[in-house]
Amino acid sequence: MAGASVPATPLLKDELDIVIPTIRNLDFLEMWRPFFEPYHLIIVQDGDPSKTIKVPEGFDYELYNRNDINRILGPKASCISFKDSACRCFGYMVSKKKYIYTIDDDCFVAKDPSGKDINALEQHIQNLLCPSTPHFFNTLYDPYREGADFVRGYPFSMREGAHTAVSHGLWLNVPDYDAPTQLVKPRERNTRYVDAVLTIPKGTLFPMCGMNLAFDRELIGPAMYFGLMGDGQPIGRYDDMWAGWCTKVICDHLGLGVKTGLPYIYHSKASNPFVNLKKEYKGIFWQEECIPFFQSATLPKDCTTVQACYIELAKQVKEKLGKVDEYFIKLADAMVTWIEAWDELNGTPAAAAANGSAK
Amino acid sequence: MTRTPPTLLSLSIDSALHHLSSFSDLSHLPDHILLDLFLRILKAGKLNEKILKLFLASGDDKVLSFIKELNIRPLVTPVLPTRCCGRHSNMAQFGIKDDDVDIVIVKDPDLKDDLKVPDGFNVDIYTKAEMDKAVGSSLTSQLFSGYSCRYYGYLVSKRKYIMSIDDDCMPAKDDKGFQVDAVAQHLFNLGNPATPLFFNTLYDPFAEGADFVRGYPFSMREGVPCALSAGLWLNLADLDAPTQALKPEQRNTRYVNAVLTVPAKAMMPLSGINIGFNRELLGPALFPGLKLTKEGKFRWETMEDVFSGMCAKVVCDHLNLGVKTGLPYVWREERGDAIQSLKKDWEGMKLMEDAVPFFESIKLPSEAANAEDCMLELAKLVKDKFGSEKNSLFIQAADAMIEWVKLWKKGASASN
Repeated sequence: MAGASVPATPLLKDELDIVIPTIRNLDFLEMWRPFFEPYHLIIVQDGDPSKTIKVPEGFDYELYNRNDINRILGPKASCISFKDSACRCFGYMVSKKKYIYTIDDDCFVAKDPSGKDINALEQHIQNLLCPSTPHFFNTLYDPYREGADFVRGYPFSMREGAHTAVSHGLWLNVPDYDAPTQLVKPRERNTRYVDAVLTIPKGTLFPMCGMNLAFDRELIGPAMYFGLMGDGQPIGRYDDMWAGWCTKVICDHLGLGVKTGLPYIYHSKASNPFVNLKKEYKGIFWQEECIPFFQSATLPKDCTTVQACYIELAKQVKEKLGKVDEYFIKLADAMVTWIEAWDELNGTPAAAAANGSAK
Repeated sequence: MTRTPPTLLSLSIDSALHHLSSFSDLSHLPDHILLDLFLRILKAGKLNEKILKLFLASGDDKVLSFIKELNIRPLVTPVLPTRCCGRHSNMAQFGIKDDDVDIVIVKDPDLKDDLKVPDGFNVDIYTKAEMDKAVGSSLTSQLFSGYSCRYYGYLVSKRKYIMSIDDDCMPAKDDKGFQVDAVAQHLFNLGNPATPLFFNTLYDPFAEGADFVRGYPFSMREGVPCALSAGLWLNLADLDAPTQALKPEQRNTRYVNAVLTVPAKAMMPLSGINIGFNRELLGPALFPGLKLTKEGKFRWETMEDVFSGMCAKVVCDHLNLGVKTGLPYVWREERGDAIQSLKKDWEGMKLMEDAVPFFESIKLPSEAANAEDCMLELAKLVKDKFGSEKNSLFIQAADAMIEWVKLWKKGASASN
């Protein structure tokens, strides 16, 4: 059963890095200062490396531009996207911390219905530290939240839950729509504050948005590869989607949980829908092939680490999606390169499997 | 897979289809678009009372004659199972006075006291006498006692939609202090597609101000018909006895402003306290099967809705129908004593441990093309799995399922 009293959420300031991709400036950090200042930031500079990114005073950070990425990874740098925010996953790779929070530079502090500023990071940490419930749906949503619990009929043997690997937050104001929807509804704004955190059931895929996302790097980090997007690639705006599909399949296999819902951030900028349409265009058709692929993907029992699962997935991507377009062959190779680079930078894969057994 | 790109007109109509409930006036639309929109609304299963009124108000001849020809009227049957008398002020509060709503009250055959129904309501009342006459007294006591008396109401109703609320529930207030119209919300849920094949992170994409998010495959955006709408409860949530006994002061005060589809293959505990369903699509799958040995007259002492809900979900997943959960909330009041209920056997909870692996493993044959067939298949599978156990409550439930489908088919052929 869920705990009777909820202790204060630990800061985890030495266990969490905040990864931010940017090409312009980091003024938005001023608004986040009360919440972010205790933490170490990893800034991944996209675009022209000769430009200097100004970081507001008082933040502890490391910054990487394309030159740094090339220097550190050598030929393996080919797996990191250029001129696309997908490059942020380089930040996940070089971090030494247990948890990652990533946020876009046009995302600000939102207010809850009472008018209070929302500490998004604190909510993400709560989500990650509390178990998930992927095996049976709880109609009162997260049973570990204050004031909630498991409902009548929820099997007792499943009430311990699973370790939470991912906490997927949402956005008020400009919602994360694709280009066609943006074109039809340019003015729609998300004003609905849904006061819930819930676990996405095992076996169900979802569209993972990288704008307001936290995860346990030790549990699932290597699966958070954001693919090949941007310059020189036929597709954009599918980086987080790709990572989300891979991550969910692996989490389901390893018995880990994925939560979605709170916290909200305030998304201020609506990007140009015509530019977005050009980037997404191929993706709109390709996702029709990708989704059935991921929905039916199974991983062998002996894949007990994230890396092993990911390499196996890459093999299947090449075999089955390679026929859709050559891009997927390149992507599958890049997925392998990513794991090799991850292991190089982070030592050999852990002997202990991630929590839960392979199913 | 190639698709011709949509035209601007079709995109506009698609957009209007999603947002029609926020339109207040259709009179400015050209006639041919109005008719097209109406037909699309019908096809998408999105016709509800509010939208019907909009089209009626448009005054367009073609649309009006369509409506007349098809004899379209809003159809709802709230079924109120009654276990105690004197608590029917809730009917007035739910605002169920509409001519197009049948109110069916089913009295628990074990209840000896008289019913008091408030004035001004046009109700059909069914008691033990009617049930015995219709199905025989042994079936009445096997199938329709206690909370399960409501299923008799489901059986005899002739309407497309049923809504059922426990008699200890009142209308709730939403987060802005407005009274929740539970009937309207259940109808909205049932009247709009569900999206079980892929999770939408903005919850119900057909709700006002929402939509499918980036990354949601376009081929899945049509959704599937919603067959079941499971509402929630403020104040006294539907917790089991041990949980409530451990936290006697706990009350649910969190109003979560969302409806979402429970994904395909995911199992959930259905609470019979506040539900709406499409009787035509799913009727036989909601049944009074699992009767605990010491089943009592308090919600903590029952499991029939949970078991029935697991069956209903399997049937929905198989038939490509959707189950929604979330809004509407009702306000549930104090009744009974969790600790007293706790002293009874924990049978129900132990049963779930056996039931869950069974449900996880179910595969229904493709020939089972409707709810009745699915239920008969399920009954067979239950007997196969639990057949070796004597006195198994599951075997009794399987027998009840078979009886239930027989009754259902009889009722269906009688009305044809």
